[in-house]
Amino acid sequence: MENVGVCDEFVNLKATELRLGLPGTEDGGEAEKQKISCGRSNKRALPETEKDIESTGKTETASPPKAQIVGWPPVRSYRKNNIQTKKNESEGQGMYVKVSMDGAPYLRKIDLTVYKQYSELMKSLENMFKFSVGEYFEREGYKGSDFVPTYEDKDGDWMLVGDVPWEMFVSSCKRLRIMKGSEAKGLGCSV
Amino acid sequence: MASVSLLFVTLLSVTLYINIKSFILWDQSQTFLPSLSDSVLMDRRFPFKVLEHIFSFVDSNEDRNSVSLVCKSWFETERRTRKRVFVGNCYAVSPLKVARRFPKMRSLTLKGKPHFADYNLVPDGWGGYAWPWIEAMAARRPLLEEIRLKRMVVTDECLEKIAASFRDFKSLVLTSCEGFSTDGIAAIASTCRKLRNLELRECIVDDLGGDWLSYFPETSTSLVSLDFSCLDSEVKLSDLERLLSRSPNLKSLKLNRSVTLDVLESLLRRAPQLVELGTGSFSDELDPEEISKLTKALSELKQLKSLSGLWDLLPEYIPVLYSVCPRLTSLNLSYATVQMPDLIDLLSRCSKLQKLWVMDLIEDKGLKTVALCCKELRELRVFPSGADLDETDVTLTEQGLVSVSEGCQKLESVLYFCVQFTNAALVSIAKNRPNFRCFRLCVMEPFAPDYRTQQPLDEGFKAIVERCKDLRRLSVSGLLTDKAFEYIGVHAKKLRMLSIAFAGDSDLMLHHLLSGCESLKKLEIRDCPFGDTALLENAAKLETMRSLWMSSCFVSFGACKQLSQKMPRLNVEVIDEHPPKTRPDSSPVERIYIYRTVAGPRLDTPEFVWTIHKKPEVGVSRLAIR
Repeated sequence: MENVGVCDEFVNLKATELRLGLPGTEDGGEAEKQKISCGRSNKRALPETEKDIESTGKTETASPPKAQIVGWPPVRSYRKNNIQTKKNESEGQGMYVKVSMDGAPYLRKIDLTVYKQYSELMKSLENMFKFSVGEYFEREGYKGSDFVPTYEDKDGDWMLVGDVPWEMFVSSCKRLRIMKGSEAKGLGCSV
Repeated sequence: MASVSLLFVTLLSVTLYINIKSFILWDQSQTFLPSLSDSVLMDRRFPFKVLEHIFSFVDSNEDRNSVSLVCKSWFETERRTRKRVFVGNCYAVSPLKVARRFPKMRSLTLKGKPHFADYNLVPDGWGGYAWPWIEAMAARRPLLEEIRLKRMVVTDECLEKIAASFRDFKSLVLTSCEGFSTDGIAAIASTCRKLRNLELRECIVDDLGGDWLSYFPETSTSLVSLDFSCLDSEVKLSDLERLLSRSPNLKSLKLNRSVTLDVLESLLRRAPQLVELGTGSFSDELDPEEISKLTKALSELKQLKSLSGLWDLLPEYIPVLYSVCPRLTSLNLSYATVQMPDLIDLLSRCSKLQKLWVMDLIEDKGLKTVALCCKELRELRVFPSGADLDETDVTLTEQGLVSVSEGCQKLESVLYFCVQFTNAALVSIAKNRPNFRCFRLCVMEPFAPDYRTQQPLDEGFKAIVERCKDLRRLSVSGLLTDKAFEYIGVHAKKLRMLSIAFAGDSDLMLHHLLSGCESLKKLEIRDCPFGDTALLENAAKLETMRSLWMSSCFVSFGACKQLSQKMPRLNVEVIDEHPPKTRPDSSPVERIYIYRTVAGPRLDTPEFVWTIHKKPEVGVSRLAIR
């Protein structure tokens, strides 16, 4: 019957179709999820972020990064825009990003447009959080300190501060995190 | 009066048909089903005048639609007396037919785009143009007084036409519309001498400046409601003050965000009779004297029942609102990014509250306060603030909704965004509140199971549909199998609108719904793994519904063709922004929108929409007229 033929074709289509799903529920599901969490090859390896393990009650599917689904969650664009503009306006013209440091109980916000280059930014962060960041080496990351400044970019990947040209950094940085300890070493030293 | 119309409905031995049938009736050159005339108790000799008088008590359009199906004379009498016309899908019938059918039409309500257009699932340019309707009414129904449009494309030409054509025009309410500028609004303001209502609700307007407000003539004193909350630019304060001063009947005023806090007091002083107030921005710095004046001005609003706006509400200004809280029946805090403690402060004073819109910043604790203090609550909407993306701790869980369902006996309508849920919570909620009429739960994580048991949320939603016998509208989410939809099909007999995303396993899901939900009128589905078989098996059902939307599902082009050929009075629209070079029958379609219509395929489709032709050999016809 014609219908059977249609179904067969659908099975094939299904296999190649990219969908979201819990591992095991759909064929393509697992592969897709892993694809998302792999990151790109030209970026340094991601450290395991603790936040997902810490946060109580979140399901496994809640691990970052969330793929952007059109129209989800179903909130009217009018409402989305109004909340967004609020955030931007209240922060004035600058590019404000949150800065957190491992072990410090408080978050700070800084305006990236105030700085012209990495050294200025680093000085400011060091002052703010009372630490010292060591020296940056292009291939080896930061040496001479337990602290490593990292940032989350537009794609949701965690990068080492200083890897990309300053302008690119300012335009893609969503927030900063100063990592500490063994985690930091892992990030700083990988290729 | 209600008992009179009930009397007629019970006298009729005819099953309730749907609106569309009455148009078909009229469409077929005013012949009518012979069997009806035999069973009718009132025959044609019953005086028209008496019928007319009796029908004037029948307000509900649903009842009127039933009345119009009884026999030819009832149809005629009803159509000559109907004043308020509602068309749920602007493409279901032609404007000309509607204009001709209802000579006494004074109010027209139209809806255009599918609901999922709100979430960017319908590409721009799909359709929903108001112009053909405005044009038709302008030519034939110049006594029209009210136009209410939702999700339609309205141009400045439309607005100018309205202003120029309807001399008694009183009321323009545009919800989620787009395509016009402030120039169009100015035309309405300046020309419609008897204007009472001008409401722009969440529209996308080409904002050319705040001048439009100055176009209200100095002689205009008729305003009852004014809502320009969706506009961006500043209006001149003096224009607004003068308008308020000369509008003693103004009951509802919704300002836009650029009206700053420091001028609010001066505006309120001029409109102490307000029943509904939407403030502008609530964040500017005020000195103590200004604060005290504002507090006083707000306390003078003795009739105030509804408060909204409150953009950027600063916690220090919450005491300013204390005086209005005890009277409030409606409070929209969904743009106020205040935290839970401040929300508790405010809400604990709102004992008469019936409608609350708030963000998830209210958290479970805040909702517990609502459960304790707002015993009159009927409608609750909790929107996501996006705070969870910033990793600010927002403890809004399923518990919040459970508390409210326990404490608020009158709660009947809910929209709740939450990261995850449990079956146990849904069961509790259903047990507590069998009186739900509208239950929309959005578990924001697609495919999220019950986070305690890892089971699908099937059992939870089963409880909801089993217990809430009056459920009219339902949105489901989270991990759901076909079973959930079997339950819905079995139990949700009064369900009219259902929204589904990322759910189900197979065609069975759709089959359960289409064969089980007797009252289903609108079904919208995205990202679910089924299509063809269920669709074709239940094709007849689709003509009893207003519309069906399916996107990112497995519907094949061949099935669309078959469906269209099988059902002459359905428009089957394929929406495909990236159409394949060839379209074999087995190829899946991106999105389909199927709706019943007596107007045939529409002529205004853009290039990415195809209406499937009825004749098999034609297959696809793209009848596009720009």
